[in-house]
Amino acid sequence: MSRVDITKRFAPIQREAARRAEEKKTDGIPTISIVMSTCGLASGAAETKQAFEEALLHKSIEARIVAVGCLGHCYAEPLVVIDHPTSGFPPICYHQVSAARAKVLVGSYLEKGDPVFKYILGATEENDLIPAVMDFPRFNLEQRLVMEQCGRIDPDDIYQYVAEGGYGGLVKALGSDPEEVIATVETSGLRGRGGAGFPAGRKWRLARDNNSEGVIVICNADEGDPGAYMDRTILESNPHQLLEGLAICAYAIGANQAHVYVRAEYPLAVKTIQQAIKISEKLSLLGSSILGTSFNLEVIVFQGSGAFVCGEETALIHSIEGKRGMPQHRPPYPVETGLWGRPTVVNNVKTLSCVPSIITRGAEWFRSIGTEKSPGTAIFSVVGNVNHPGLVEIAMGTSLRTLIFEVCGGIPKKKSFKAVQIGGPSGGCLPESFLDTPIDFDSLTEAGAMMGSGGMVVMDENSCMVDVSRYFLDFTQNESCGKCTFCRIGTRHLLTILDRITKGEGSEKDLGLLETLSEDIKSGSLCGLGKTAPNPVLTSLKYFLEEYEAHVREKRCPALKCRALTAFYIDLEKCARGCDVCVGCCPVEAIFTTTGRKKAIDQEVCVKCGECMVVCPPEYDAVEKVSPPELAPIIERSPEEKKQSK
Amino acid sequence: MTTPELDGEERAMVEEIAVMLPHFEKSRGNLIPILQSIQEKHAYLSGAAMEMVAEHLSISASEVYGVATFYNQFRFHPPGKHQFKVCLGTACHVAGGDIILENFERKLGIKDGETTPDREYSIERVACVGCCALAPVAVIDDTVEGHIQPSRVEGIFVQFQVEREREEREKAERESGE
Repeated sequence: MSRVDITKRFAPIQREAARRAEEKKTDGIPTISIVMSTCGLASGAAETKQAFEEALLHKSIEARIVAVGCLGHCYAEPLVVIDHPTSGFPPICYHQVSAARAKVLVGSYLEKGDPVFKYILGATEENDLIPAVMDFPRFNLEQRLVMEQCGRIDPDDIYQYVAEGGYGGLVKALGSDPEEVIATVETSGLRGRGGAGFPAGRKWRLARDNNSEGVIVICNADEGDPGAYMDRTILESNPHQLLEGLAICAYAIGANQAHVYVRAEYPLAVKTIQQAIKISEKLSLLGSSILGTSFNLEVIVFQGSGAFVCGEETALIHSIEGKRGMPQHRPPYPVETGLWGRPTVVNNVKTLSCVPSIITRGAEWFRSIGTEKSPGTAIFSVVGNVNHPGLVEIAMGTSLRTLIFEVCGGIPKKKSFKAVQIGGPSGGCLPESFLDTPIDFDSLTEAGAMMGSGGMVVMDENSCMVDVSRYFLDFTQNESCGKCTFCRIGTRHLLTILDRITKGEGSEKDLGLLETLSEDIKSGSLCGLGKTAPNPVLTSLKYFLEEYEAHVREKRCPALKCRALTAFYIDLEKCARGCDVCVGCCPVEAIFTTTGRKKAIDQEVCVKCGECMVVCPPEYDAVEKVSPPELAPIIERSPEEKKQSK
Repeated sequence: MTTPELDGEERAMVEEIAVMLPHFEKSRGNLIPILQSIQEKHAYLSGAAMEMVAEHLSISASEVYGVATFYNQFRFHPPGKHQFKVCLGTACHVAGGDIILENFERKLGIKDGETTPDREYSIERVACVGCCALAPVAVIDDTVEGHIQPSRVEGIFVQFQVEREREEREKAERESGE
């Protein structure tokens, strides 16, 4: 079939998309777009939506409510964009729109034309009236390629994606030779976004050169890394971009079957992608004889059951086959024998989502973004102690400092930066001296961290590096599939040592043991999980050795985090007479009244949750935290009171 | 093989599964989807249920059990009426998620993965629900709650208590009205 015929088949879909977009623009009805992805819902977007609906009904105002995906600005959720064409204002983005604010917005903006300046985050386009969000560092330092349409379009409405040029890449690919498609992806230098950074084009070529029947493509959306959620966001916010990439890949390698492996823990993502597949099939963009060509593609959604190791491609394949998700020795690589013994290409969500724009805009354009060896963009979920947490897409090569301090607004509460953990359980903690490291596959690996799935946890002075390492080891030892002895028993033993240290029971010898054991686990494990599991320990030992030493030598946690090594007490000089806030909030009734109606903490009962410190009114600020715990002055509780509390 | 005595609840479950199983093709690749749909419907996998699945797919029961226990998603005991899932992802850990978990555990007197004897509440720890910017996070039944404080734990129970009392009152009123 010629390129002209394919374009002809696609034209009606494009026309319909254009018609709908035009209608929306010209009918004068305001559009309220509410961010309704998982994180938006967690912040109360459902209540916000309901409030809008009720207020509109109550005031009999006509408006369109659209549920859009995530913009990545999680700190400002629930986010709402109101486009009120007859008001004279540009589309305005509002932050933290609670149900109450929603009612106010309907009353003042939609009814009376006053846009309520105090709730505004910014305008979504340049204008003379309201500062545009594009002028904020959070927006203008970002470069959106994969997440370009996330949060701007309704994920359930395929026409909105088409109106933005969607499925144009597939049309172009179908009109050219598969060989050409692979060549374009190869020239673009696109590297796998799943962590290791294997060139995507080369993987495709290997599968194609295999020349056998029944090639399969799998989209890996088994995002198990605690702290990373960009795959979920893409699935929930723009599923069609992924499907388009998947279809292009399948066409290029000659596959007729595709699987999308999504975590069952992401119910909304599962629902959205299933819905999207159905619509695409209906419009002949997936399914049999796509756009009238001889190319067929069946897309199947498989729900992963929550095993971190299944992010590894061979384990993932076993999981689809209904077995325990255990990795196997490579070679043979999945491109030779994969799912059901057939050649299989496994690509990450972000990798596949990059493909449509590479095809439409060309390999050169893609190469112009990012660095020589890592072209394109990187998506990070920046969380932890930063002012503006959320999803950030930046060009490769941007420095960590720019990302943390400019894009994400730095560390809150005037605290100082301590470390950044990149790459989740497989990555490492980097100290301040690495802040100028450019973000790309090779620089991060060199520094001892890794790109991984893109989880980034920023830690301030109150985070304990030993505790963070212990946390990751707790995770990996739990997730180790048990196949390799060093990973199975070694990670458990690392955890035991770290446990000991955080409880103040460690010895100097433990530090050397941690290091040798880590090296052994690295060399004695088959898959990425075991090979990288000791990274958090090794990097923190390297860069934060003094913290480990304080734990083992002085039984002190410098960051005041390890609970066995800290204690709370109430400064009697500062405590106010008769204020009972801390007493009321203590979950274990450890706080009692002592001389002069002031309060004191019963150290025997205290569970060190820190709630009293949070609730103590700032004008008194009487609760202190110390390490080692012996520093806390002991105030005895009278025996009868003791009995009462028990 | 002798089947142990089933109580009423389990018998109903077995009957429903027997109706459902023929809808799935007898292929090994269907094992996980079958287990998932059983759990979705009945909230957990009982021994009898796993045996039925094994028979349907012509594999050994230990094979089914091996796969089911490998994955975090599957539960082998009935959960409580209200489920608390406390997120212990990296961001939640740094923000004190373990303290939140402890508060739930202390309040109910059970550990994570357990259910209270009255089958009212159960606690689970989850690796990450993907709402890291809102840490610490807990999922109360199906609602994700962000920025949860230890004192909020208390509040949640008060809320359930009030609801329960209201339900009981309404029930009593209905009954006295009849």
